[in-house]
Amino acid sequence: MSYEFLVASAIGVLVAGGIYLALRARTFQVVLGLTLISYAVNLFLFASGRLVVGRPPIWDKAVSQYTDPLPQALVLTAIVITFGMTAFVVILSLRSFLETGSDHVDGDNVPCDAQDGMAGSTAEDGEDTRP
Amino acid sequence: MAIALTLLTLVALPFVAALAIALLHGGGRAVHSSIAAGASAGGLALLVMLTPPVLGGEVPSASWAWVPALGLDLTLMVDPLGLMFAGLILGIGLLVVIFGHFYLYAGEATGRFFASLMLFQGAMLGIVIAGNVLLLLVFWEMTSLASFLLIGFWKHKAEARQGARMALAVTGGGGLALIGGMVLLGVAGGSFDLATILERGDIVRASPLYPVLLGLILLGCFTKSAQFPFHFWLPHAMAAPTPVSAYLHSATMVKAGVFLLARLWPVLAGTDLYTVTVTSVGLTTMIFGAVVALFRHDLKSILAYSTISQLGMLVMLLGFSLEAAALAAVLHILNHAAFKAALFMSAGIVEHETGTRDIRRLGGLAKAMPITALIATLAAASMAGLPPLGGFISKELMLYETPKLALLGLPWLLPVLATLGATCSVGYSLRLAAHLFFGRPREAEPFARAHDPGAGMWAAPALLTTLAVLLGLVPMLLAGPLVGAVAAAVTGAPAPEFDLALWHGVNLALILSLIAVAGGALLLWQHKPLLAAWERASLPDAKRIFERAFAFADKWVRKAIVATHTPSLQRMLLASFSVIVLLVIDGARTGGGMLTGGRALLPATPVAVVAWVLLIAATAAVVNDSRNRLRVLIYVSVIGLVVSLTFVQFSAPDLALTQISVEVVTILLLLLALNLLPKSPPLLSTASRKWRDGALAITGGLLVGGIAWAMLTRDPGPSIAAYHLANAKSGGGGTNVVNVILVDFRAFDTLGEIIVLGIAGLGIFALLESTATGAAGARLRAWRADMPHSPERHPMMLVTASRIVLPLTLTVAIYLFLRGHNQPGGGFIAALVAAIAFLVQYLAAGFDWSDARKRFGEHQLIGWGVLVAMATGLGSFLFGAKFMTSTFGYFTLPLIGKFELASAMLFDTGVFLTVFGAVMLALAQLSHIAQRAARAARKSGEGGA
Repeated sequence: MSYEFLVASAIGVLVAGGIYLALRARTFQVVLGLTLISYAVNLFLFASGRLVVGRPPIWDKAVSQYTDPLPQALVLTAIVITFGMTAFVVILSLRSFLETGSDHVDGDNVPCDAQDGMAGSTAEDGEDTRP
Repeated sequence: MAIALTLLTLVALPFVAALAIALLHGGGRAVHSSIAAGASAGGLALLVMLTPPVLGGEVPSASWAWVPALGLDLTLMVDPLGLMFAGLILGIGLLVVIFGHFYLYAGEATGRFFASLMLFQGAMLGIVIAGNVLLLLVFWEMTSLASFLLIGFWKHKAEARQGARMALAVTGGGGLALIGGMVLLGVAGGSFDLATILERGDIVRASPLYPVLLGLILLGCFTKSAQFPFHFWLPHAMAAPTPVSAYLHSATMVKAGVFLLARLWPVLAGTDLYTVTVTSVGLTTMIFGAVVALFRHDLKSILAYSTISQLGMLVMLLGFSLEAAALAAVLHILNHAAFKAALFMSAGIVEHETGTRDIRRLGGLAKAMPITALIATLAAASMAGLPPLGGFISKELMLYETPKLALLGLPWLLPVLATLGATCSVGYSLRLAAHLFFGRPREAEPFARAHDPGAGMWAAPALLTTLAVLLGLVPMLLAGPLVGAVAAAVTGAPAPEFDLALWHGVNLALILSLIAVAGGALLLWQHKPLLAAWERASLPDAKRIFERAFAFADKWVRKAIVATHTPSLQRMLLASFSVIVLLVIDGARTGGGMLTGGRALLPATPVAVVAWVLLIAATAAVVNDSRNRLRVLIYVSVIGLVVSLTFVQFSAPDLALTQISVEVVTILLLLLALNLLPKSPPLLSTASRKWRDGALAITGGLLVGGIAWAMLTRDPGPSIAAYHLANAKSGGGGTNVVNVILVDFRAFDTLGEIIVLGIAGLGIFALLESTATGAAGARLRAWRADMPHSPERHPMMLVTASRIVLPLTLTVAIYLFLRGHNQPGGGFIAALVAAIAFLVQYLAAGFDWSDARKRFGEHQLIGWGVLVAMATGLGSFLFGAKFMTSTFGYFTLPLIGKFELASAMLFDTGVFLTVFGAVMLALAQLSHIAQRAARAARKSGEGGA
C-alpha cells in the first residue's frame, strides 16, 4: 500500500459516490453529492503538488526542500468557496422545498421521470413527501 | 490648463448636479429644480466664455489618456458645431428645467426626474464635445439609458413603460450598430481621435471597409433620429412628461443622430452611396412624417410626427453632400429647436390647463388662453415656414438646393417631392394652430376649464418663440456668424457665400414655397374628407409590426431553449456526466501511455490505511444510507475529518486548519437546514435506475481515480513554486508561503474570492429574507417540529460552557490571524474560528439572546471587508506602485518587543471581515428562519387550541 494509491483511490471513491448522489431526485442528496465531489476535487487539486511528507511550505533558513505551496493556496480558497457554494445550494433547496412543498429537484409538478420513459418509475418518484 | 479645466467642468457639471439631486432626493421640488437650473446656467456661462475664441477660429481642446491601449482618450473639444449644440442643450435645458418645475406637481418624484434630466444633459453634452470617437460612443449609450429613465418616468403607466422599452430597444440596438461602425471608422482612419479622423476623409472613403462602416454608422444615426423605418419609437416616447418631450425631441436626443451625421460629414459625405442613401431616407421620412402628422389627433402625437418629418428634412439636407445644403441644415437645426420646444411646451400648457391633448375636443382656445395662443401660433407659423419667421428662411434655403441633385436621374423629382413634404408641413402646422385656438370650441368642458397659466410656465416658450421670430426678422445679426462658422466646421471647408434674408427676389424657391403654402391651406380646408379617407385606409402600424417581431423572436428563442434544454435536473446531470465520462474515455484511449508512472512511491503507515478504510466506509454509508439524513451528516463529517488528516500528513497545515473549521460550519449549516427539510423521505428510485446511475458513477470514479493515480506516480513538471518560496520572506515579509501567496502574490485572486463569498452570503440572505410571505410563508406557518426536542430549551451546562469558551476561542482566532503571515493561520482560518465561536452562542442560548447582544451587522462586515481589501490594494497607487503591491516593516514596542507589520495584514483583515460576515450571515439567517418558523408554528398552535 502506497500513499499514492490510498489518495488516488479515495478520490475515485468520492467521485463515484458524488456522481451517484448528484443523480438522485431529492435536493438533499444532490447537495451531499456535490459535497463529496468537492472533497474529491479539492484533494485532486492538492495532489497536483504531489504527496510530500514533513516539508510544510513554512520558509526557514535551515530548510532547503519544501512541498509546492501554490496548489495549497489555491485549495485553501477553494475550500472556503466550497462552503459558500454548499451553503447557497442548501438554502436554494430549502427555499424550493418551502415554495413547492416538495424536495424533488424539479419541484412538485414536473413529471420528469415520466418523460424519461422509464416504466414504473413515476409512481414512486412522484410520491408526496410533505413532512 | 485653464481651458482643460473649463472643458472638464462643462461636461462634469450636469453629472455632479445629477448626483447632488439624487443624494438630496428628499429635498423637495424647489431644491431639485434649482440645482438643475444652476448647473445648466453655470454650463451656459462657461459656454459664453468659450464663444468668442471658438467663433474666432480656435478649437479649445484638452486630452487625458484613459485606456491608451484601446485608443480611448478622454478628449474634449469645442468647435463651432459642438458649441452650437452645447448651447442648444444647455439653453433649452435651462428653459425645460424652469418649465418642468411648474409642470410637475410638488408631490411627484421630482428628485428622480431632475436627476435623470441632468444625467441626460451630461450625456448629450458629452456627445457634442467629445473629441474621441470611442468616448463619443460612451456618451451615446448613456443618452439611450438616460432617455429610457426619462420616457418611463411615470412608471405606473403601461404606455410609459412600453414607450421607454421601445425607445431603448430601437436606439440601443442602433447604438450597437454604431459601436461597430465607429470602431471600423477608427480602423479605416487609423486613429480614434476625432480631429485626426476628420482630416482623413479621403483615406476612409477609399477604404474597403467604407460601405460597411457607413451602413453601421447610418443605422445608429437613423435609429436615434427616428428616420423611417425606425421612426416608430418616437411617437410612443410621448408617454413621457411634456418637459421631457420638449427636451428630447427639439434639441437633444433625436438631434444626436443629425449631429453625428454633421460631425462626420467631411469623412462620410460625398460618395454616391452616401448621397443616395441618406437623401432618400431623409426624403421618405420627411414626407411620411408630414402626412401622418396631418391625421393625428393627440397634440403631442402631431408634434412627434412633425418632428420625424423635420428630422427627415435635416437628414436629407446633410445627404445632399453640398456645402450650401449643410448650411441650410445648420440654420434649420436652430429654427427647429426654437419652435419645436416652444410648441411642445405649449402643448403641455394646453394639457395642463384643459385636461386633454385631444385636438378633436378642443378649439377656440385663443379666447380663453390668449398668451398661449399667441406663442403657439407664432411657433406653428415658423414650423409651417411662413414669412417673416425663421422657419421660412431655412425652408427656402432647402427648396433652393433641391434642383441641384438629380434623384434617379430626374432633376425635377427632388424639388417636387420636397415641395410635397413642405405642403404637408404647412398643412399640419396650420391645422394645429387653427383647430386648437380658432373656430368654435368643440367640447364645452375643456374649454370652460381653460385659462392661461402663470408667467413661470409661459415664460420659457415665449422666449423660444421670440427667438423663432427674430431668426426670421434679423437672421444675419442673430445667427449669421454662428451659422457660417458651424457650416464651415461641418463641411471642413470655408463656408460658402450666404445671405440669410426673407427676400431674395422671385426665384424657384419662392415659387415652390408659395405652392407649398397654398397647398397647405388647401389641405386645411379639405381636412375633414381627407381624414375620413385616411381612416378608411387601413395602413400597417409600425408598433404592431415591432411587437409582432418581438413575439416572433420570443417564440423561437423559447423553442430553441426547449429543444436544447430539459426541465429535469436529473436528466441534465446524467447527460453532462455521461458526456464527460465518454470524453475522458476517448482521451485515455487516444492518449495512450502507461497508467503508472515512474515516480518513487511513499509507503503508507498502518494508521493511514485505517483512515483510508474509514473514508471509504463513510462514503459508502453516505450513499447507502442517504435516506436517514441525520446519520448521513455524521458520515460526512468523518469524511471531512479524514480529508483534514490527509492535509496534515502531506505538509499542508493551513489546509488542515481550514478544512476542519469549514467542516464544523458546514455540518452546522446542514443540520439547521435539515431541521426544516424532510428527515427520511420515502424510497426514491427504481432498481433499474439505480443500476444505471451506479454504473455511470463507478465508471466516473475509476476514471478520476485513474487520472489521479497517473498524476501522482509521475514527477511534476517545472513549477513556479521556486519563485514563491524564494521571494516570500524577502519580498512579502512572511515565512508562511501559502499565506503570502494568498495575501500578496495572488492577492487579486483572493480579492475576487472573498467577493464571491460575500455575494453568496448576501444571496442566501435574499433567499431567506422573503420566505415569510407567499407559499413559503404558509408552509413555514404550517410547519411542525418533527424531531424529539430536549426538554430543556437552553441547557444550563451548554450555555455556561459556551460563554466561557467564547473569549478563549476568540483569542485563538486572533492568535491564528496574527501569526498567519509566518505560521499556519491567517484571515480565512481566523474568520472561520471566530464564526464558530459566535455560532456556538446561537446554538446554546438561542437566536434572540445572541442576536440582541451582538454588536455587528453581517452586511456591513462583508462590505467593509471588501472595501478594506480593495483599499489596501489601491493604497499602493499612492506610493507609485502597481495594484496590490505590498510592503512591510519591523517595529519595536516596549513589552512586546520587535514585531512585524505588513500591509498584506491589512488585506488579510479585509479577508477576515468578509469571510466572517458571510459565514455569520448564512448561518444566523438560517437559524433565524428556523426560529421564526418555530415561533409561527407555536403561535398557530396556541391559536388553534
